[in-house]
Amino acid sequence: MKTKYMNPYLAGVLLGLVLLMAFFFSGRGLGASGAVKSVVVTAVDIVAPEHTANSHFYSKYVGEGKEPMKAWLVFEMMGVLVGGFLSGALSGRLNWKIEHFPGITAKRRLIFAAAGGILFGFGSQLGRGCTSGSALTGMAVLSVAGFISMMAIFGTAFALAYFLRKNWI
Amino acid sequence: MGPLVPQEIIGMNWNLLIAFVVGIGFGFVLEQAGFSSSRKLAGMFYGYDTVVLKVFFTGAITAMLGLLFFSLFGWIDLSLVYVNPTFLGSTIVGGIIMGAGFILGGFCPGTSVCAAAIGKIDAMVFIGGIFLGVFFFAESYPMIEDFYMSGSLGSLKVHEVFGISGGFFTLLVIIAALIMFKLGELAEKRWPREEY
Repeated sequence: MKTKYMNPYLAGVLLGLVLLMAFFFSGRGLGASGAVKSVVVTAVDIVAPEHTANSHFYSKYVGEGKEPMKAWLVFEMMGVLVGGFLSGALSGRLNWKIEHFPGITAKRRLIFAAAGGILFGFGSQLGRGCTSGSALTGMAVLSVAGFISMMAIFGTAFALAYFLRKNWI
Repeated sequence: MGPLVPQEIIGMNWNLLIAFVVGIGFGFVLEQAGFSSSRKLAGMFYGYDTVVLKVFFTGAITAMLGLLFFSLFGWIDLSLVYVNPTFLGSTIVGGIIMGAGFILGGFCPGTSVCAAAIGKIDAMVFIGGIFLGVFFFAESYPMIEDFYMSGSLGSLKVHEVFGISGGFFTLLVIIAALIMFKLGELAEKRWPREEY
């Protein structure tokens, strides 16, 4: 049995309250891609410690006294996994599935998902945060970066939507 | 009073537990809103489902107003709340690359983790892609570093640029959002889709 989704405006208010809670307790907002960065720098540091020590990028996060896995965003994203799972269990939405528009194959969906993930991962590092960390959280604190991120992300997706319409409609 | 951890009203060792609890709320709300479905998210860009617009802007406005009132009541010291810095070039180009990733992959990082939590395999593949993308960035950093650091404006706020108050700017965002919500509702009637 599949239950309906929550009213979007109610969900938005609740999302805003979660974000406000993060600000009030920890003095910082939500994020997602930063947790992936923590895992990547930790993994590369295990495999090639000399490489990370000599890199301007990795050395910001690994080395003496630095513990990239004990980061706020790593624990927050573990919470997201738990929260998403609980919600899916409550609403009867837990199942293994490759979700795609019926007009395309599952294989095509997965290829585009991988490509999209690669771009999003790269872009999130260049843009210093993704939709949640840079755009949503940034907008809540009225930062210029937050509004620019939001406009660049959604503007580009709208601009390219026509060319990718066969994947979705 | 707040923020509690930066002012050591709550010990630093509680911070990661708070992060975990905040994350549970974040993941739960995203999933309840339907952000665990790429077809629902992508609906934003074809007009058949504008849940992204509604949840995203309602969330941002709720938090904006919350911070505004908390600061007015003396409940939070806004100077201790992190404001992400603006580096013009990399913020814009990074956003453009992310936007392309969004329409190709149908997720953003937060929503993909939420979708993977309920078993969406396409979301797991997307997450694999994020790892690769972050790794590519890390390895190409020496070539990108100059651009990454260029155009620094610091932790600049929008209302400071326009010389208006934070409260007035928030009002403008609310008015813009209400207009967009109306357009979203119209779009959903104009380009309806059956069950997906």
